[in-house]
Amino acid sequence: MSEATMEISLSVNGEQVARTVPVRQHLVDFLRTEMGLTGSHLGCEHGVCGACSVRVDGAVVRGCLMLAVQADGAEVVTVEGLTQTGEVADLQENFVNRNAMQCGYCTPGMLITASELLRDPKPVTRAEIRDHLSGNFCRCTGYHAIVDAVEMTLNKRLEEG
Amino acid sequence: MKAPKFNYVKAESRSHALQLLDELGEDGRIIAGGQSLMPTLNMRLSQPDTLIDINKIPDLGGITLDGNIVRIGALTRHVEVANSPVVAEHLPLIAEAMPHVAHHAVRNRGTIGGSVALADPAAEMPACVLALGGTMVVESVNGSREIAAEDYFHGLYETARETNELLVELRIPAKKTGDISVFMELAQRHGDYAMAGLACVARINGNAFEGLRLVYFGSEDKPTLASKAVSAVIGQAWSEECKEAATKALEDDLDPMANLQGSSAMKLHLQKVLTGRALDTAIERAEAA
Ligand SMILES: Cc1cc2nc3c(=O)[nH]c(=O)nc-3n(C[C@H](O)[C@H](O)[C@H](O)COP(=O)(O)OP(=O)(O)OC[C@H]3O[C@@H](n4cnc5c(N)ncnc54)[C@H](O)[C@@H]3O)c2cc1C
Ligand code: FES
Ligand code: FES
Repeated sequence: MSEATMEISLSVNGEQVARTVPVRQHLVDFLRTEMGLTGSHLGCEHGVCGACSVRVDGAVVRGCLMLAVQADGAEVVTVEGLTQTGEVADLQENFVNRNAMQCGYCTPGMLITASELLRDPKPVTRAEIRDHLSGNFCRCTGYHAIVDAVEMTLNKRLEEG
Repeated sequence: MKAPKFNYVKAESRSHALQLLDELGEDGRIIAGGQSLMPTLNMRLSQPDTLIDINKIPDLGGITLDGNIVRIGALTRHVEVANSPVVAEHLPLIAEAMPHVAHHAVRNRGTIGGSVALADPAAEMPACVLALGGTMVVESVNGSREIAAEDYFHGLYETARETNELLVELRIPAKKTGDISVFMELAQRHGDYAMAGLACVARINGNAFEGLRLVYFGSEDKPTLASKAVSAVIGQAWSEECKEAATKALEDDLDPMANLQGSSAMKLHLQKVLTGRALDTAIERAEAA
C-alpha cells in the first residue's frame, strides 16, 4: 500500500500552520518531526504513560492516541506553548523548588495534565491530585514531590484569588 | 511502535459513515475516540485497510432525557458522561462507575459508544448498560434496529453488531424512585481496567432485597448477570448467613478467566468479597434514602 497523505491546517501554540502529513502519523510525531517541538515525549505509544500529553481544543489528551489528521482545524498547545505564555511558570518554579523532576522525561506531561487542575483552581485534596495525575507515569520521583509541587501551586493560586 | 499504513476517510454525516461501512465491509474500521483502537494500531495488533473517522459527525453525541429513558449518543465522550447532571440524577450507577474508566486524558477523548462497541470484558460501561437493562441502537444502510443488552454482548470483544452497522445510541431506563445502585471495582492502579468488579441495581424493602441485578466484569469473557447469587438473596432478610450463601452461590455463576492480573481462583475470591461489600452498601444506601 502506498503512503496515504492528507493536507491539514491547525493552530500550534497560537501559530497557524498547514502541512501535508501521512494519515497514519500520530500527533506527537507530527509535533516533534514536522514542527520541531520536542517537548512532547513518547514513552509507550499505547496510551499508558502520559508522557505525550498535549492540549487539543482546551482538553488534555494523549498525543500518541490521536492522528495528526484528526487535529485538522484544532488548536494544539504543547508544553512549549504553555511555557511561552507563562501559564505554568509558577508550577515550573515549584517543580524546581520541590525537586519534582529527575530525568525529566515525564515532566512535560505532568505539567500539562496538572495545568487542567490549575486553570480554574478549586480546593482539592492530595488524593484528588493523585487521581488527576494517575494516568501519568514517573519512573524517578516516586510522585510525592510532584504532588507537593502541584499542591503548592494550587494553594498559592487559591490564596491570590 | 508506529501504526501500519492505512487509508483514512472523515465521515461527514451518519449516512456517509453508513455508506462507507457498507462499501468497505471488513476493510473498513470505525475510529471514535481512538483510545482503544490507536494502541492496537501503534502496536500493529490490528491492520485495517481504511479508517472511517466518525468524530466530525454532528448528531452522534449528547445526552437527553426522553420520558423515562436516558438517550446517550455513541460519540459522547466519557468526560461528558462523567459531568452530566442528567446522568448524575437519572443514571447514578453510571455516574459512580465513570471515574473508574481510564484516566483523565483518556476520558477527554474516549467515547461511551466506543466502549460498548469494543466490549472489553473488563470495561465498566458494558457492565452498567447490562445491569440497567439498556438497549443499543445500531444503524446500517438497511435501516436501524435495537438490541437489548442481554442479547448484545456475545463474548470476548464480540457483540451482536454487524460489520456494516454503526452504533448510534444507547437507551437506558432512568432510575425509578426507590432503586438503589452500587458500583465497585478493584484495579491495580486507579483508572486501569478492572481485575474484578460489579454493577448492582437493587430494590430493597426493609432489610430484604426484593429485586436485584448483579453484573460482574473483569472475570468472564463478557459482562455477566449472576442468577444463582441473586436467588440466594431475594426475599431473605440480609444477614451474614445470607451473604455467605450468596457468595457461595456465586461459585456457580462465575468461572473467571485467568490473566496477567490474577488466577481464576483469585478473581473469584475478589468477586465474592466485592459482592459482600456491594450488598452491604446497597442496604446502607436504602436505609439512608
Ligand atoms: C491507558 C488506558 C486505560 C484505559 N482504561 C480503561 C478502563 O479502565 N475502562 C474502560 O472501559 N476503558 C479503558 N480504556 C479504554 C477507553 O475507555 C476507550 O475510550 C474505550 O474503550 C473505547 O472508546 P473509543 O471511543 O476510544 O473507541 P475507539 O478506540 O475509537 O474504538 C474502539 C472499537 O470500537 C469500534 N467503534 C467505536 N465507536 C463505534 C461506533 N459508534 N459504532 C461501531 N463501532 C465503533 C471501533 O471500530 C474499534 O473497534 C483505557 C484506555 C487507555 C489508553
Ligand atoms: S506515549 Fe502516549 S501515553 Fe505513553
Ligand atoms: S522524572 Fe524521570 S520519569 Fe519522572
